[in-house]
Amino acid sequence: MIRRALPVTVMTLLLLAAWYVGAAWLNWPQAAETLTRAGRSTGFGDVLAQAYAMKRPILPTPDQVVAELWNSLTGYAPSSPRNLLFHAWVTAEAALTGLAMGLLLGILLAAGIVYTRTLEASLLPWVIASQTIPILAIAPMIVVILGNIGLTGLLPKAVICMYLCFFPITVGMVKGLRSADPLWLDLMRTYSASGMRAFWSLRLPASMPFLFASLKVSVAISVVGAIVGELPTGGQAGLGARLLSGSYYGQTVQIWAALIMASLLSVALIAVVRGLELVLLGRAGAR
Amino acid sequence: MTSPNPLDVREATAARQGSDRAASAMSPVVVEARRLSLVYSTADKPVTALSEVDLTIARGDFVSLIGPSGCGKTTLLRVIADLERPTSGQIAIEGMTPEQARLRRLYGYVFQAPALYPWRTVERNVMLPLEIMGIARAERQARAREQLERVGLVGFERKFPWQLSGGMQQRVSIARALALQPDLLLMDEPFGALDEITRDHLNLHLTQLWRATGKTCVFVTHSIAEAVFLSTRIVVMSPRPGRILDVIDCDSLPRERTLDIRESPEFAAIAHRVREGLKEGHSYDD
Repeated sequence: MIRRALPVTVMTLLLLAAWYVGAAWLNWPQAAETLTRAGRSTGFGDVLAQAYAMKRPILPTPDQVVAELWNSLTGYAPSSPRNLLFHAWVTAEAALTGLAMGLLLGILLAAGIVYTRTLEASLLPWVIASQTIPILAIAPMIVVILGNIGLTGLLPKAVICMYLCFFPITVGMVKGLRSADPLWLDLMRTYSASGMRAFWSLRLPASMPFLFASLKVSVAISVVGAIVGELPTGGQAGLGARLLSGSYYGQTVQIWAALIMASLLSVALIAVVRGLELVLLGRAGAR
Repeated sequence: MTSPNPLDVREATAARQGSDRAASAMSPVVVEARRLSLVYSTADKPVTALSEVDLTIARGDFVSLIGPSGCGKTTLLRVIADLERPTSGQIAIEGMTPEQARLRRLYGYVFQAPALYPWRTVERNVMLPLEIMGIARAERQARAREQLERVGLVGFERKFPWQLSGGMQQRVSIARALALQPDLLLMDEPFGALDEITRDHLNLHLTQLWRATGKTCVFVTHSIAEAVFLSTRIVVMSPRPGRILDVIDCDSLPRERTLDIRESPEFAAIAHRVREGLKEGHSYDD
């Protein structure tokens, strides 16, 4: 435990030190100017203290970000728009809905590709091409088109998440559904099992390790998709909306707090996927 | 000596099996192959895996197919199981085509590797064929337990395959094949990957199981001792092209086998004849 904790601690301390040095360097001119204008001393210690205590710094210090995060989480009720948990939940809702849709689409596409040779030739290039379009370019289009047919709120965001999510799942599941050992397939043949039966009893369970590897990638990009989806709507809620309003008003501390919250959300969702994997495949997978 | 007249063999076996319950109701012949050939088309040249194979397997027999690698013994077994299609010649399983026999689930197949599904427990692996047959849950469990008991694996039902040794895994795969309650058991070098001590143990177990159940067994091996110990008949094969060189009856050995019979002169005589047969195929030259 200590052996693992030590390198992590050292690396964290190094990153924090670099962050403080960077914050001082970036905020220095502004801090010096503020002090000069106020007619106060511009000694090294004074400017440094000012650089670490600005209201709208170029780069806030870690302690400022943590303080903002702490105030937000403990100072307001979880249902208040001033609490980041509220925004995190709005984003998570869209991300998880999109993930579920992407999971379904990804598995259906993979099954089609594995079972139909023509689909492999005709569909796979489009699946790959879909991912070469920058999501920032297509996200507003999805919001506009769905808004035009009366779909607003959660669904457009979920569709953007799905658009990003299905790809790793399709790729993983194509490999997973083909991962069954030839002997396992022969065995199914000796039982004269139907194709459906071989899918449910052999190909699908054999693909589960691949599915979970894909899911861990998908869940993280799903959060990114939800945040991107919250930008063009100018949404009132969600971590994306929080980032947007922070940038309107130059509230860098608020932006960084929302960024940290977004990464905590991703980490938490990946942990849930990992937990599910352990529960479902744990004993059987411990080869 | 080359293959004896198949008709003679059939009559002789029919007489031997006179008391068998199955023999009175069904034909005494389980597998019958005539001029069976199988040619694989590969990139550079066609490979003849089986050439003009004639073979009759009688009910209740334990037949070993022995020969060096590439002699087509596994291919012949796979043709019987309808896992490969012959290029020419006839083959009948219980008077049916191999496909009909497979669709009726007339045989159980044991592969070279245990081929257990790693995400299923031992018990659920044994129940797999029964699930596919649509047998009710209680019956499935009862049959799985019965077969696991038969191979001496009571108490391991809830274990996963990785928690078992190689020999135990192969016993699970035998239990799985037996769970189908087939009259015909096809085994492709099931003990090939195991150490000699485990193999001896499993051979003894298998011969007792065969006598207790009265099933017809076709067993692929490259071990002379194993073939002589287990078989009532030994089919010696040779490679390039895969063909049958000799069919040896093991009538001189008792039907009930113990490990001691391996010291007997009869055992040595049969082993010698198998070895001569293998030499005749020049299998050691290449």
